[in-house]
Amino acid sequence: MKGKLLTGNVAAAAGAMLARVDYVPAYPITPQTEIIETIADWVREGKMDSKFVQVESEHSMLTAAGAASLTGARVFTATSSQGMLYTIEMLYNVSGWRAPMLLANVSRGVAAPIVLEPDHNDVLAARDSGFLQFHSETCQEVTDLVLLAYRVAEDRRVMLPAIVNLDGFYLSFTREPVILPEQKKVDRFLPPYEPVTPMRATKPVSRGSSVFEGFLYSYFRYNQHGAALKAKKVFQEAAGEFEGLFGRSYGPVEGYMLDDADYVIVISNSFTALGRQAVKRMRERGVKAGLLKLIMVRPFPAEEIAALLRGRKVAAVFDQNLAPGSGGILYPEIAGALYHVRGRPNAILPVVGALGGKQTTAKELEAVFEEMIAIDREGKTPAPMFLMRGDELNRVKKMVSVAEGKG
Amino acid sequence: MATTTRFRTLKDMPTVDYISPGNTLCAGCGGMLAVRIFHKVLGPNVVWVNAAGCMTVTMSYPLSPLKSNWLYTAFASAPAGAQGVRDALDVLIAKGKLPAAEDMKVVVVTGDGAAYDIGLQSTAGAIDRHLDFYYLCYDNEAYGNTGFQVSSSTPYGSATKTTPATATYPIGNIAKKKDLFEVWRSMKAPYVATLANSHGVDFLRKVEKGTGMRGPKLYLALAACPTGWGFDPRESMELEKLAVATGVWPLKESVDGVVKHTVVPRVLTPVSEYLKTQDRFSHLFEPEEKIEAIATIQESINGYWREAGAREGFQVKVPEPAKEKAPSS
Repeated sequence: MKGKLLTGNVAAAAGAMLARVDYVPAYPITPQTEIIETIADWVREGKMDSKFVQVESEHSMLTAAGAASLTGARVFTATSSQGMLYTIEMLYNVSGWRAPMLLANVSRGVAAPIVLEPDHNDVLAARDSGFLQFHSETCQEVTDLVLLAYRVAEDRRVMLPAIVNLDGFYLSFTREPVILPEQKKVDRFLPPYEPVTPMRATKPVSRGSSVFEGFLYSYFRYNQHGAALKAKKVFQEAAGEFEGLFGRSYGPVEGYMLDDADYVIVISNSFTALGRQAVKRMRERGVKAGLLKLIMVRPFPAEEIAALLRGRKVAAVFDQNLAPGSGGILYPEIAGALYHVRGRPNAILPVVGALGGKQTTAKELEAVFEEMIAIDREGKTPAPMFLMRGDELNRVKKMVSVAEGKG
Repeated sequence: MATTTRFRTLKDMPTVDYISPGNTLCAGCGGMLAVRIFHKVLGPNVVWVNAAGCMTVTMSYPLSPLKSNWLYTAFASAPAGAQGVRDALDVLIAKGKLPAAEDMKVVVVTGDGAAYDIGLQSTAGAIDRHLDFYYLCYDNEAYGNTGFQVSSSTPYGSATKTTPATATYPIGNIAKKKDLFEVWRSMKAPYVATLANSHGVDFLRKVEKGTGMRGPKLYLALAACPTGWGFDPRESMELEKLAVATGVWPLKESVDGVVKHTVVPRVLTPVSEYLKTQDRFSHLFEPEEKIEAIATIQESINGYWREAGAREGFQVKVPEPAKEKAPSS
C-alpha cells in the first residue's frame, strides 16, 4: 500500500490542515495531545495558516470553538475521555447554535477508575448532543472522515457540528499508511466555509437567545433533529464525490463478508479489525459469519442497519462501552432499528467487551459467534455476554488479593 | 483620570442609545442602566457575550432590545466565548476574509454569580492570555435572576434566600464579599475599575479610558436591585449614591496595577443609613438592632478607607462604630 506512515493523531491533524481550518482552540489530554502539539508546531512553523490558542479547560475550548464558528471561522479541536465529559454542556449549546465546527475525539475510558486506553463511553456521552458522529477504523479513515465531516456539517441543509472518533492507542499512537489527499482536490471537495447569519458590525444578530415557550423550543429542537437526519443523505452525496476524487468509498455503514452471512457481528472503530479476523476464522470453520461496521453513529443509520441485518439468523452487537444497570449503549438502538423489520434476525445478542482497551483476542469474538450459533440452535433467549478471559480473571484475583493486603 | 476626555459633565452623556426603551428587566434595574451607559461610550460595533443571568432573559426570541450583536454562551464560560469571537475576528481579518471595518469590541456581560463564582476559571484563563476584551459585571451581590441566593459577592450581614436570617443565624450571610477587583489586579489585568450609575461622569470616563487600552479590562458596576435587595424601584439612583457616600462601594481604578480612588467621600455617611434602606438588611434592625454586626460592617469600611487614604495620601473622616446598645427611652 502506498502512503505515508502516520499515527491516527497526526492523520487527524493532517485532515485539519487539508481542510484549511482558521482556528484551533485546544486543551491537552492523553491520548489526544499529539494532535494539538502537531498543529501548534505546524502553525508556529508557518506550515498551517490558522490561529492556535491553548485555553484553560475543555469547557472553554468548546465555548471558544463554537463562538468562533458563529463568527465565521472554520474551527477544529480535539479531546478525549474526561475532556469530552467536561465539554458536554457546551456540546449541546454549540449544536443548538448550529455552529458546524469539528471535534476529534480520541476515545479513552472514563474515570473512575482512571484508565488510559479506549472504550466509547466518552464519545457516546455526546450521543444526544446534536453533534454528528463519524467513527474510524483506520488512520486513513481519520483523515478522510475529517474532510467528509466538514463537508456534511457545513452543508446548508445540515449546519450542525460533528465529531470524528478515533480510538486512543490503537489508532492514536499506531502508525499506518495514510494516503494524504492532494490539497488542490481537497479545495475542490471542500470550498471555504460560508457562515449563516454570522455576528457582524454591519448586520448585528442575536445568537443563543432564550426561548421561553415550550412550543417554540420544540420547533427549534425538531428542526435540529430534521437537520441531523438530512446529514445522512448529504454524507452519501459527499461520499460519492469523495470517491470520484480520491478513489476511496465510504457509507454510513460498511459490510464485511455479509453476502450469505447467517451470523453477523455489529462493531465499530479500531476493534473492527479484530472482528474481521474472527469472521475469517469462523468462515474457515465453515460458519457463515459476517460483520457490520458502523461509521456513522449520528445520525443513526437505522435503515442501512436494518437492510443489512434482515434475513440473518442471529446478530450480535459488540458494545465497547457500558451503561451500568442497562448494558451496552448501542444495543437498544440497533434492536429498535430492527423491531418493525420483516425477516429481522431471530435474536440479537448483547455483547460488552474491550472496556478500557482490554486486549481482546479473535478467540473471544469467535466465542461470540459460537454463542450466536447456540442461540439459533437451541432457540434460547440471548443472555448478555461480558467478555473476560480466564487468564485475565486469575490476574484480577491476584491483584485484589494484593490490594487486600493478603500478598 | 485621562487628561483628554469627551466627558466633563453629565450633559456630555451621549444621547445615542443602543438599547431600545422597554425591555423585560425589572423597573429600577441598576444592571440594565449600567449596560446602557456602557454601550453609549463603546459605540455601535459591539458583540456582547453573555453568561446566564438577568440580561439573558431580555434577549428572548424573536425580540432583542439591542442594536448590536449578542451571544449567549453558558454560565461558566462567557470569557471563553469572547476568546472565540475575538480570535475569529482577528484571523478572518488577517486572512482578508473579513473587511477590517467589520471589527468589533468584544464585551462579556454577566452578573456577579458568573463573574465571582462559576465563571472565575474561564475569566482567569482569558486574563492569562491577555485577551483584548471588556468584562462588564453588573454586581447586585447575589444570584438575582434565580430569586436572590448568596454568591461570593454577597456582603457580610445580607440575608439571601439561601442565607436567611433566623434565630440560630441572626446575621444572614457571614462570609465577606470577595474582592474581585484585587483578584483581577493580582492577575496583571491592565485596567480594572468600579462603576456606579449614580456617578455618571466617573462611569463614562472609565469606559472611555479602557477603549484606549489593549488586553483584559474589568468593570464592576454596582447594580441596585429593587427585587433582590427590597426597596422601591424609584430609589435605585439614591441608593447607589448612598453606597458611594457610605464608602460601601468605593469608586476606583487600577491602571497597570496602580490603584487610584476616583471619588473620595471626605466624610463617610454611617453605613446604617445605607443598610436601613433595604429589606436584605432589615434583620440587622428588627426585632432588635444587631449592634455588633453593624459595628463589624462599619469597622470594615473604616479600615478600608484608612488603608486606601494612607496609600494614596488622602484623608477620610470615618463614623465611630456603635459600641453598645443605645439606652431605651
